[in-house]
Amino acid sequence: MNTQLITDTMNKDFVLAVEGLTVSFDGFKAVNDLSFYVDENEIRVIIGPNGAGKTTVLDLICGRTKATTGSIRFKERELTRMKEHEIVRAGVGRKFQNPSIYEDLTVFENLEISYPKGRTVVGALTFRRDTAVKERVQEIAETIFLADQLDQRAEYLSHGQKQWLEIGMLLIQDPELLMLDEPVAGMSVSERKKTAELLNTIIKNRSVIVIEHDMKFVEDIAHKVTVLHQGKILSEGSMAKVQADPKVIEVYLGH
Amino acid sequence: MTIPAPKSARTFFLRPQDMIGIALLALLLLVVLPLALDNFRLQFVGKYLTYAFVALGLVLCWGYAGILSLGQGVFFGLGGYCMAMYLKLEASSPENTKIQSTPGIPDFMDWNQITSLPWFWEPFRSFGFTTLAVIVVPAIFAFIVGFAMFKRRVGGVYFAIITQALAAILTILIIGQQGYTGGINGITDLRSLHGWDIRTDSAKTILYFICVGLLLACILLAYFVKSSKLGRILVAMRDKEDRVRFSGYDVSSFKIFVFCLAASLSAIGGAMFTLQVGFMSPSFVGIVPSIEMVIYTAVGGRLSILGAIYGTLLVNWAKTSFSESFPELWLFGLGGLFIAVVLIFPNGIAGLWQSYVAPRLGPLFGGAPTRRAAPPSASPPASGPIAPAAAE
Repeated sequence: MNTQLITDTMNKDFVLAVEGLTVSFDGFKAVNDLSFYVDENEIRVIIGPNGAGKTTVLDLICGRTKATTGSIRFKERELTRMKEHEIVRAGVGRKFQNPSIYEDLTVFENLEISYPKGRTVVGALTFRRDTAVKERVQEIAETIFLADQLDQRAEYLSHGQKQWLEIGMLLIQDPELLMLDEPVAGMSVSERKKTAELLNTIIKNRSVIVIEHDMKFVEDIAHKVTVLHQGKILSEGSMAKVQADPKVIEVYLGH
Repeated sequence: MTIPAPKSARTFFLRPQDMIGIALLALLLLVVLPLALDNFRLQFVGKYLTYAFVALGLVLCWGYAGILSLGQGVFFGLGGYCMAMYLKLEASSPENTKIQSTPGIPDFMDWNQITSLPWFWEPFRSFGFTTLAVIVVPAIFAFIVGFAMFKRRVGGVYFAIITQALAAILTILIIGQQGYTGGINGITDLRSLHGWDIRTDSAKTILYFICVGLLLACILLAYFVKSSKLGRILVAMRDKEDRVRFSGYDVSSFKIFVFCLAASLSAIGGAMFTLQVGFMSPSFVGIVPSIEMVIYTAVGGRLSILGAIYGTLLVNWAKTSFSESFPELWLFGLGGLFIAVVLIFPNGIAGLWQSYVAPRLGPLFGGAPTRRAAPPSASPPASGPIAPAAAE
């Protein structure tokens, strides 16, 4: 059984392979011997009660937090030894829980900074806003419903629009693995619907990891669900399977 | 002379209102002040303008990138000392110093029983090397400090305190190593540059114009950096450093770059100070001058390149006038001014200008000025025509 699992892992080209991942903060293991695999073009949703370690897992993958032990392989590259910006350049994009955008810049400039060119000091000094950049920004702005707001300073956007802008900033990087931390939190019902629609268009041709609490939303988008509890996997599988799991019902989904 | 620039200039790094601003400043410094002031007063303005180089660096480093350095005097001093070493060597020719026990070395070395020129003084016999050193030595120093701090993600208040400590350390070092540096008196009795006597009135006037020319060139450089994508990345970093990092940028290298740039700008000011004032001493290196330079920037407006220049001129003009009439009150005045800037007008004079004066002047120039502290506006979508600047 165990050997079977290992050969499976070896044979299959997972986009992301997390194995034996542990991080301890002063002895407290926020993530404890965690292993999971994400397929190409898979949408994985991570759910779990507060403090289960969901955001920490994303922090570990994108290099914000360093793992105590374990490995994270992304397309055969070991992420645990790479710096944050190298991980991004390797093709991992991450959206933060609170909209993280540049308030003092316009929507256009926000997107332009995320455009994956001119990322070094010299590159940024000599960067030209050419037609390719403008077209790409325009294209993304249309996808995220902000095409008519390009010259607006980002601080004047609504909460939902800020979330979309940050999603757009990731989109323009065209990452192979996209990680979203609670993309619909704090949104109105109509914004939420639009966001689900947006996510459905942007998840094509890439793998996505989403943290979300909204079960309705999870049901809509998830291919596979991982339930975390106290830094460990409580259950994993399809939404239906997870929802039927008595352990999950007990600690998380409630009654 | 203030013809609005053609719309095609939008692709250029200066917006029409920037060009007007620079032209007005050039007019003031190159024509109005030299005509209105006597030589004595003009030399004062020349001295103030050397601090404006520091303020310019602080706008980029502190205003845009959010890195507060309380040790810019270090770089001003390094630039000034590099220039002073060259001038001192020229003034210490064997003929001029034949009464010393070791002729041909600077007088203060002789007083300190040093009998040969220290190795690090040797290259400063060359004017070419000196010019290069003025810009490069402070940049290397800033790079070392920046690398050590920013790679370890030291920032904010901690960085400010460390830069302040550096200012104190360098002052103590200069004072302590009297034989090599001239000690607390600094390097004095500077006479000529490449055989050209810099002490005469006409030389001082020429140096004033050179100083203004260099300042205008540095202003253009600052505008170029500000309007490049790098300038927008600096603003983005100030706001959401993590977002920039997770957009694939190595944040520390951008911080190191802007810190080095600010250091080199300050150093050019320091070198011009030495040339115009005729000496350099540790009193321009330490904590107090470093903080004063931050105040000039704050008063002028830390987000405005031109504002910082005017701020420097105004505060120094006030300092000179006050010190002449009420010397004991000046420091209180300066402190009060800083408090007022922080509490009442956080964006300084430039902020006041942009919120109250510019909106009324806007129609005169045919285009609405930008909102307070707004970075250059983005171009419209690719399909649209190129809009006039700041049409928002």
